[in-house]
Amino acid sequence: MIDIRKLTKTYTRSQQQVHALYDVSIKIEAGSFAAVTGPSGSGKTTLLLSLGGLIQPSKGAVNFNGQNLYSLSPSQLASFRNRTIGFVLQTFNLVPYLTAVENVMLPMLPLGGNGADLKKQAVNLLDRLGLSDRKDFFPRELSIGQQQRVAIARALANEPDVILADEPTGNLDPALAEEILDVLEDLNKNRSKTVILVTHSPQASARAGIVLKLREGMLVS
Amino acid sequence: MVFSFRTIILREIVQRKGRMISGLMAITLGIAVIVAIQSVTSVSRQVVAKKLDLLGANIMVLPQGATIDDYYTADVDAPTFPEEYVERIVTSMIPGVDNMSPKLSRRIKIDGSSVILTGILPMKELASKPIWQASGLIGAELELACAPSENKESSLTEADLKAVRKIVDSLRNDEIWVGSSIAERFNVKTGSIFPIEGQTFEVTHMLPETGTIDDNRIFAHLHVVQKLLGIEGQVSNIEIMGCCSEISDGLLGKLRNILPDTRITTIGHIVNTQLETNRLMAKVALVLLVIIILVGSFSIGNYMWANVEERRKEIGTLITIGWGRRHIYWMFFAKAVMLGLAGGILGYLVGTSAAVILGPYLAGLNIDPVLNYLWWSILVAVMIALAGSWYPIYRAARIDPAIIMQEI
Ligand SMILES: Nc1ncnc2c1ncn2[C@@H]1O[C@H](COP(=O)(O)OP(=O)(O)OP(=O)(O)O)[C@@H](O)[C@H]1O
Ligand SMILES: [Mg+2]
Repeated sequence: MIDIRKLTKTYTRSQQQVHALYDVSIKIEAGSFAAVTGPSGSGKTTLLLSLGGLIQPSKGAVNFNGQNLYSLSPSQLASFRNRTIGFVLQTFNLVPYLTAVENVMLPMLPLGGNGADLKKQAVNLLDRLGLSDRKDFFPRELSIGQQQRVAIARALANEPDVILADEPTGNLDPALAEEILDVLEDLNKNRSKTVILVTHSPQASARAGIVLKLREGMLVS
Repeated sequence: MVFSFRTIILREIVQRKGRMISGLMAITLGIAVIVAIQSVTSVSRQVVAKKLDLLGANIMVLPQGATIDDYYTADVDAPTFPEEYVERIVTSMIPGVDNMSPKLSRRIKIDGSSVILTGILPMKELASKPIWQASGLIGAELELACAPSENKESSLTEADLKAVRKIVDSLRNDEIWVGSSIAERFNVKTGSIFPIEGQTFEVTHMLPETGTIDDNRIFAHLHVVQKLLGIEGQVSNIEIMGCCSEISDGLLGKLRNILPDTRITTIGHIVNTQLETNRLMAKVALVLLVIIILVGSFSIGNYMWANVEERRKEIGTLITIGWGRRHIYWMFFAKAVMLGLAGGILGYLVGTSAAVILGPYLAGLNIDPVLNYLWWSILVAVMIALAGSWYPIYRAARIDPAIIMQEI
C-alpha cells in the first residue's frame, strides 16, 4: 500500500515560489490501477518521481508498506527503486549502445548474479512482450512501439511490485498506444502489479480503477 | 562475453572511438616521447662507459664540420680529407704520436639493409711506408704508452675488437671483419664468402657484440673500400694513439698546425659532449613529463567532461532504474583507468618502437625494449587519466535523476 501524506514540493525560481505539488494526500492500495491526469504543469511528473524516491519533497511523506521513503539512506533508496519500482517513461530512455536484451538486464546488474541466468530472465521478459526475435537489436533498429515494449521489459526486470509510467503512450500512435495500455492492464490484472499511470488521454484513464486529477499541484478529485 | 558493467564501459568507449582517441592522443604521444628518450639515453649511458673501455685511440682527426655529438658515428658519412695527412703526421715527427689508424666509413645498402662499411689501413702497411721507415721507427716495438697493450691471443674476445678500433695488424684485400649484428643479419660465419658492391670477400673474423654501432660495421682494407666507393685517396678520420703527457703539452695544437681543415679533439672531449647531451636529454624528459601530465590530464578531463555531459540523461535513467551513485561512480572511474591503461600501453609501444627502429639511425645505438618502462608508462598514464577525470566523475555521480523528465 502506498500512503501519500500532505505531500508538498515547492520550487523557488527568481524569488518566486512555485508549488509543483501542494498538500497532496492519497492512499493507493496494492494491486490497483491508478491514472493521474491534469493539465500540463499541474505536477503529475513531480508526483510520480516523488513516489519513486527521486525527488526530495519539501513537506509531507511517502509511505510504502509503512516505510517512509525519505527516511531511507541514498543507497537504500536506490535499492528500493531497483527492487520495488519499475519506471516507464515517455521518452523510453533506452541506452543507445546496448542491445534490447542488454537494456533489459541493466536493472539486474546492481543485484549481481550469474550472467547467463540474468540473460535468460531478460530473454523471457522480451518473450512475454513479443520481442523474442528482436533481442539482439539496438534501439535505433527497433520501431517506436518496440522500443517502448523494451522499456517496459526493463521496468519489469527485477519483478517490481509497482509500475510507475509517465505518459508511456505520449509518443505513440493510437493503435500502438492501445497495445501498450493492454500490456499495462495485463500486468495489473494477471500479475497483480500496482500500476500508476500519468496520462493525458481519456481512453487511458478509462481503463484505470482510480483517476486522480491534479490542478496547479493540488488534488481536485 | 557475459554482459556486465565492463561490457557497458567497453561498448560505450568503442562506440565513440573518434573522440576517445583524440582524448587519449596527448597521453599516448607524451608517454611515447618519454619512453623513447629514456630508452635512448639509458643505452647511450651504458655505451659511453663501454666505449671508453674499448677505445684504443684517444685523439680523433675529423674533417672540419663533422659533428662530434656521438663518437661512434662521428666518422660515418662525414666529409673526407686526404689520406696523405697520415704521412704528414709521420714525417712531422711530432713527439707523442704512438700509433694511428686512418679510416673511411660510409653507410651502404646490402640486400636493402643498411650497414656501415669501414676501411682501415693495417699497421703493417703503415709501417712499411718508406717515410715511416726513414723515421727510424721500424723495428722498434710499437708499445702503446697510454692505450691498453695489444692482444695477441687468437680467440675472438673484446680485446680483438679493441684491436680493430686500435689498429689491425694485417688485412688482405679480399678479407673482411664483420660486426655481430651483421653476422646475424646475413647469417655469415668465418670462412663465408660475402659480396659487397659486386666484389666478393671472405669473412675472416667475427667481432663480439658491443651494443654499439660497431656491431653494424664491416671492416675491410682502406684502399679496397676507397675504390669500391669511388673516393680514392680520401679518409673520413684518423684515430691517433697519443701519449697522455704529450697531449697535455699541446700535441693537439701541433697536429692542428700541420692538418688544415680538420677538427682535432680528444676522445675525452667527445665523450664528455655526449654525456652532456645525455644530461640535457634527462632534463628535457623531466620538463616533458610535467608538460605531459598537465596537457594529458587536461585533454582526458576534457573528453570525460564532454562524455558525462552527453550522457546526463543516460545516467539519470540508470539512477531511476535503481543504480546507486556508487555504480555510476565506479563505471566512470573504471573507464578512466581503462583509458589510462590503453594510453600507457600504447605510448610504451609507440615510444619503444620509435627508439628501436630509429635509434640506430639517429643515435647510432642498438636499443633493446625495456619492459620496466611499460609498468612506469601504465602507472603514469593511469594517474594522469584519474587526475584529469576526477571532477567529471564527481559531477556524474551527482546528476539529478529528475533530468529524465526533460524531453530528448
Ligand atoms: N526543477 C524544477 N525547477 C523549478 N520548477 C520546476 C522544476 N520541475 C518542475 N517544476 C515546476 O513544477 C510544476 C509541475 O511540473 P511537472 O513536470 O510535475 O508537471 P506535469 O504535470 O508533469 O506537466 P506535463 O504534463 O507538461 O508533463 C511546473 O510548473 C514546473 O514548472
Ligand atoms: Mg510531466
